[in-house]
Amino acid sequence: MAYTFQFRDVFAQKAAIVDGLVLTLELSAGTIVLGFAVGVLAAAALVYGKPWLRKAAGVYVESIRNTPLIVQLFLVFFGLPNLGVTLDAITASMITLTINLGAYTAEIVRAGFESVPRSQIEAGVSLGMTGPQVFRHVVLLPALKNVYPSLTSQFVLMMLATSVVSQISAAELFHAGSIIQSRTFRDFEVYTVIAVLYLALSLLMRAGFGVCYRIFFRR
Amino acid sequence: MIRELSLTDVEYLLLAMRWTIALTALALAGGGTIGLIVAACGASGRMLPRYLARGYVGLVQGIPLLVWLFLFYFGLSIFGYNLPPWVAATLGFSVYAGAFLGEIWRGALLSIPKTQWEAGRSIGLTFIEQLRHVIIPQAIRVAIPPTVGFTVQLVKNTSLAAVIGFVELTREGQLTTAATYQPFAVYLIVAALYFCVCYSLSRYAGALERSRRVAR
Repeated sequence: MAYTFQFRDVFAQKAAIVDGLVLTLELSAGTIVLGFAVGVLAAAALVYGKPWLRKAAGVYVESIRNTPLIVQLFLVFFGLPNLGVTLDAITASMITLTINLGAYTAEIVRAGFESVPRSQIEAGVSLGMTGPQVFRHVVLLPALKNVYPSLTSQFVLMMLATSVVSQISAAELFHAGSIIQSRTFRDFEVYTVIAVLYLALSLLMRAGFGVCYRIFFRR
Repeated sequence: MIRELSLTDVEYLLLAMRWTIALTALALAGGGTIGLIVAACGASGRMLPRYLARGYVGLVQGIPLLVWLFLFYFGLSIFGYNLPPWVAATLGFSVYAGAFLGEIWRGALLSIPKTQWEAGRSIGLTFIEQLRHVIIPQAIRVAIPPTVGFTVQLVKNTSLAAVIGFVELTREGQLTTAATYQPFAVYLIVAALYFCVCYSLSRYAGALERSRRVAR
């Protein structure tokens, strides 16, 4: 055990780490916004859709939730060119992560929709609210409030999962780590730094979502 | 040399699934042991074990699995152990599974009414004895459906072991792609194989959950 830890070489590559961090943040933010939208639509289709729509949404959610993210990513990035669709690494990452998060969000939000009692919806209708009004005020907001903890945990897990797109060489935080590793050969130090950054990001996100809860669901 | 994708390739992919399943089993064994300790600490009345358990779970769940795998893979070689990928993968996945199983099982332990703990204490059982004879036998029924559900996550996540060179289903897919240059077909087959295992497990978890609700 004569190993000397040397973090200096790693910190000398700060620029690469910062660039990676920025892309990780962009990918996470983009995926969360788009994936949330896809998920709410898919959940609405699952609960309130016509039978064929329900079936289609069910196939989407189950096929995504029961296959690994990395395989979905390879299918989009390496596989689609076989069919004549070539995407750059970041576009392929955005698309795959959004589709992936959409399916997990759908399953969580579906549980939220089902937690709203039918009598509440009837009460909304009897007050003369239109369909979209009922959906927004009576179904969506209470449903989101009920599933808020699991939804935001899923978002944090998604941020961590963006590290997988390093495998199609999208230059996010983990990829920056691999680059620095190949430049400095300080494997353990590099990944310790990367680990601390991810941990800080996930703690910040959890704190942020806690503040958001108080803003959105104050009553 | 590029060759056609043949039935032999599909056969090799099927065989590679054994390693996916083996890694899942190893991770369940290692993670189950850690998870049991984490759950017992998390459910205990004392402050210190509770904080330690919460710290462990927060640490593991706040860092990507990919980073954990690399830390074990490179970290152990620093300390002079040159371990094959499967050992690093088993350790990495055990640590990861231990946190998630610990959380699930802690919830199951806490779902047992407080009176059951008190009854155990009143007949003079120690904390471990209360767990062993009173709480765990009841908590198992609560814990099994989400544990099977987590196994689905584990099966899917073992795909990341491909990155440190452990040849399981996804790595075999990469190797087949390199030889045949048919990534779309190959990864579709790989995805289908994962789907078969995970979907049956998911359905089983759902059925267990429903039968538990009926039983109550």
